[in-house]
Amino acid sequence: MLSDDQIKSLELHANNIRESIIEMLMEAGSGHTAGPLGMADVFTALYFHSLKHDPHNPFWEDRDRFVLSNGHICPVLYATMAHRGYFPVHELLTLRKFGSHLQGHPHREWFPALETSSGPLGSGLSQALGMALADKIDKGESWERFIYCSLGDGELDEGQNWEAIMLAGKEKVGNLIAIVDRNNIQIDGFTEDVMPLEPLNKKWESFNWHVQEIDGHNFEEIIGAIDRAKAVQNQPSVIIARTIPGKGVPMFERKPEWHGKPPSKEEGEKALEILRTLGGRIKGE
Amino acid sequence: MINKDQKINKRIFDKDCEQVPIRTGFGQGLLLAGEENEKVVGLCTDLTESTQMHLFRNKFPKRFIQMGIAEQNLASVASGLAAMGKIPFMTSYAMFSPGRNWEQIRTTICYNNVPVKIAGSHAGVSVGPDGGTHQAIEDIALTRVIPRMVVISPCDAIEARKATLEASRTKEPTYIRLAREKTPVITSEETPFEIGKAQVFFDSISRSDLDKEYQGLTLMKSGVTIIATGALVHKALVVAEEFRHKDVGVIVINLSTIKPLDEKTILENVKKTGRVVTVEEHQIAGGMGSAVSEFLAKTFPVPIEFVGVKDEFGQSGKPEELIKYYGMDEVAIKSAVQRVLVRD
Repeated sequence: MLSDDQIKSLELHANNIRESIIEMLMEAGSGHTAGPLGMADVFTALYFHSLKHDPHNPFWEDRDRFVLSNGHICPVLYATMAHRGYFPVHELLTLRKFGSHLQGHPHREWFPALETSSGPLGSGLSQALGMALADKIDKGESWERFIYCSLGDGELDEGQNWEAIMLAGKEKVGNLIAIVDRNNIQIDGFTEDVMPLEPLNKKWESFNWHVQEIDGHNFEEIIGAIDRAKAVQNQPSVIIARTIPGKGVPMFERKPEWHGKPPSKEEGEKALEILRTLGGRIKGE
Repeated sequence: MINKDQKINKRIFDKDCEQVPIRTGFGQGLLLAGEENEKVVGLCTDLTESTQMHLFRNKFPKRFIQMGIAEQNLASVASGLAAMGKIPFMTSYAMFSPGRNWEQIRTTICYNNVPVKIAGSHAGVSVGPDGGTHQAIEDIALTRVIPRMVVISPCDAIEARKATLEASRTKEPTYIRLAREKTPVITSEETPFEIGKAQVFFDSISRSDLDKEYQGLTLMKSGVTIIATGALVHKALVVAEEFRHKDVGVIVINLSTIKPLDEKTILENVKKTGRVVTVEEHQIAGGMGSAVSEFLAKTFPVPIEFVGVKDEFGQSGKPEELIKYYGMDEVAIKSAVQRVLVRD
């Protein structure tokens, strides 16, 4: 159970991260808006609570590994890492610019604290599975770290995911935890129109995964699900996090058109106003 | 003359020269690599015996992962293993890996810069009866175009064994091209091998032959440098031996590492003849000959003839029938030599 103070603190971090996402995208003039805002709570829960990591020692051998498969939502990863202390927050404004370590899609050569480079969809889960298998080869069932993988729901159209899902079920990698951003949108529209995924939980279950479905904006549910996933020994785990794309800024919420474009200056300022006043509940700075 | 320094098989021109599949050397090399380094792991896509990974699997079952028929997952799981410090060897048929999983190799292996070793077996038309779908004749082009990738195409089983063991000791993503059929054993245990080093296996040019001044360089009146890779190196040697009796000086280079290219050895030996024939069981477009000509075009432009597949797909047949039909046998190499000798 999280205390009220813990929850309040996580909410504040998530709100700061959302503000940074809007600022980064306005400055970059391109990039994805809906996915990063929608996943801000999950990323906050991971980096400010659940992950075993050290921002001041990013190559710590025993750290958990976090693989971002849906590389296009990298603004939320960059913003979360900056707010968690991996690098100065002001550097976020270099997103997508020439020479920046914050490449448009993540490249670990430019930003070595990343576990993988990503962007081409469908290959992150396989890489996370490879990492989980490496620990299984070395440690058997007594692993000391977990391998997390963030996936988009639209990304599940890629067949390679199902190759990885099948192999992970076969290999019973209990140290692998996938988190699917179930926001129901992709570039061309709603997932269920473009390529229906439902019944998504049954699909994973039938490949012998441990499946949980949660509200991806409720910190107790997110953190509780991660704890339960860690306790599953002989199965890989998936957490299907139901999220609202564009969450936090009502005019961006649930709209597929906000999948792949940045806010204009005007839209961005309006969004920041909403975030800074917590939707009108407090007075902005 | 056979270059004695390279200590190649003395029975190379004998009719009953020993024949072993190149992939067999890979299997043996992987076993040695596994014994030498416990970080070596093997991944295969339901072709374990066929790619000769079964030797490794039998000895190190816990370090072997049966992937099922899933080449895309193969490449990215290997990448993940490598990110954790393993040295993964992944095998399939060359048509499917690096064929089907090219983008996963590019992004999750090379862009990520992890030391995954990719062995593509059954490359070339010499796969034979299986037909064109299974004959990878584009794999050199596919791999050499990716930054960081090292590309090795061994000429025989012994060289494949050495290349595999060497590859397990490097940090670079590496592609090793293997063939299915038995082919002549060209090298010996004593033949030196180094990744990135081309070898002169044959040189019938004597110093006194180097008598013609050309662009400030001494060139012999009638000579050619044959640059070959893979099992066809043997046919190149047979042709060189025939020309030796016809007053044509021939140098044969075994270019087993196609990338990085051994520019020094190529340049030194092309300067002696001023003419080149490249020989490979691969599409001419984008293959080893292309790599050689990209280099020579900017440093020492000379006439070049290319022996390889001419923008066609393969088909069913016996390996030798196909090598002949697609113009890669001794007759084709000889005719390429004759063509290049009369070019200005």
